[in-house]
Amino acid sequence: MSTVSETTHNSAVASAPPSPDDGLAPAELAAKYGLSVSGARVSLPEYVRQMWGRRHFILAFSQAKLTAQYSQAKLGQLWQVATPLLNAAVYFFIFGLLLKSNRNMAHDMYIPFLVTGVFVFTFTQNSAMAGVRAISGNLGLVRALHFPRASLPISFSLQQLQQLLFSMIVLVIVLVGFGHYPSLAWLLILPVLALQFVFNTGLSLIMARLGAKTPDLAQLLPFLLRTWMYASGVMYPLATTLERAGASGWISDAMLGNPAAVYMDLMRYALIDNYGQEYLPPHVWALALGWAVVFGVGGFVYFWKAEEQYGRG
Amino acid sequence: MAEQTLDETSQASQTAQADLAAQAAPAAGRIPTVIADDVHIVYRVNGGPRGRGSATAALSRILRRKNAPGMREVHAVRGVTFMAYRGESIGLIGSNGSGKSTLLKAVAGLLPTERGKVYTDGQPSLLGVNAALMNDLTGERNVILGGLAMGMSREQIRERYEGIVDFSGINEKGDFITLPMRTYSSGMAARLRFSIAAAKDHDVLMIDEALATGDRKFQKRSEARIRELRKDAGTVFLVSHNNKSIRDTCDRVLWLEKGELLMDGPTDEVIKAYEKETGK
Repeated sequence: MSTVSETTHNSAVASAPPSPDDGLAPAELAAKYGLSVSGARVSLPEYVRQMWGRRHFILAFSQAKLTAQYSQAKLGQLWQVATPLLNAAVYFFIFGLLLKSNRNMAHDMYIPFLVTGVFVFTFTQNSAMAGVRAISGNLGLVRALHFPRASLPISFSLQQLQQLLFSMIVLVIVLVGFGHYPSLAWLLILPVLALQFVFNTGLSLIMARLGAKTPDLAQLLPFLLRTWMYASGVMYPLATTLERAGASGWISDAMLGNPAAVYMDLMRYALIDNYGQEYLPPHVWALALGWAVVFGVGGFVYFWKAEEQYGRG
Repeated sequence: MAEQTLDETSQASQTAQADLAAQAAPAAGRIPTVIADDVHIVYRVNGGPRGRGSATAALSRILRRKNAPGMREVHAVRGVTFMAYRGESIGLIGSNGSGKSTLLKAVAGLLPTERGKVYTDGQPSLLGVNAALMNDLTGERNVILGGLAMGMSREQIRERYEGIVDFSGINEKGDFITLPMRTYSSGMAARLRFSIAAAKDHDVLMIDEALATGDRKFQKRSEARIRELRKDAGTVFLVSHNNKSIRDTCDRVLWLEKGELLMDGPTDEVIKAYEKETGK
């Protein structure tokens, strides 16, 4: 390295007028003119500031992805609502009619219960799936343009949030159809959604870093997520089932306290009339907040720590 | 400014040698904008042909060497050192796969260096937004999306929207800007992409064979736009296989071959040597 710069300067003195910069090593020269190392990771506060500067891009990118999804279909954006509706119908057919896993719940309660669970879990599931491909599936973008890389996973979970809002239209129709009318308790869905969104974003950021390093994770993740879904009581009431099975204390606590179950149960509690306290684990709001903070902040910091490595190989 | 640099470099050319970074010598009053200091770049590629890639082979590789199963390394840039100054316009030439684009990406901070460092003034940007655009969206939305992706604000995009659309000439044959980009011909799409990318002002601008797009008329227009960008930008890098466009726009040329800097000097001299080498 030093030999290269020496030859440079020797020849330079011969041809160009002498300059005070001669004899300075590249690093010193860079310092003198205030040049910074290209592609270095910025500090966390600066990173947050950059992210804020890119908020319009994050939002526009998520909306563009959402629109692009169905742009070739004849029915177009109608699929935003039709897809969750069909999804709910399939689950109802299998678990409501064929398997009858409703555990003594009346039909008019089980179907809203099931549909809420499916939609809320899908929100988390899709955020994780989108996260794992956020960097590895967008290498072209990462290698072409400069922006804080966390924009991508955040944008993808924002896309899932918008998708969920479409699903909520279906959910309201189902709820009203089975006699659960809007009440003040419905306002609780706002904090629940906000907390779940923060949790999902954190999860998506963690998955994005893992997936950037090991793309194989995208193959493995669906199985993990499916296991998580069946263990979280999407199709059956978790609390009463665990009680009946005689599960020991800590297993039951762990299953009831897992983030997917917490957000699902809170959403059901908010929306379904006779889905009361007895279905909720103790300290449920604290759990919901705790998961959101731990994953939201932890995921962001975890992702930022590898910021300069995204886009390699 | 550019002419002045040209004079300086042609003076220096008398002593310039093939492998010398002679032009990189800091003359009085010249402000460096990019310093590449012994840059090495290594790509790591998954799933190289070693071991035929069968499932059992992959498994045994993972078991034996936990760290890098089936990883291959491609040493794309090997120890390149140069300095670029404000007001310079630098061409990069070399055969396919010689590491030109890779080097630019490292200067832009998009690819991490294996060894050595790149120092830059501000944030150099690659001219190109292709990756951010979506074929299923209308041209209109892609203009906005591409602008945001390059870091422009909504107001800036609103101000320049008309200019971008007019420059691309997409609407010359009817109202195409409101159609999805997948309905465009490849030439039209390339023109829109260039127009979006060229709408932003840059401190250090890098152009990767962008001049080769569009029809004759559009090429003329984009060359003019590049010159304009060059006036505003501190430093311009241009990667091209078209020696004519390098001659027209650059006053200094770096010749890369197999990841190494073979020659660095005034345009005429380097291009002549390059053409001799390639037998043209």
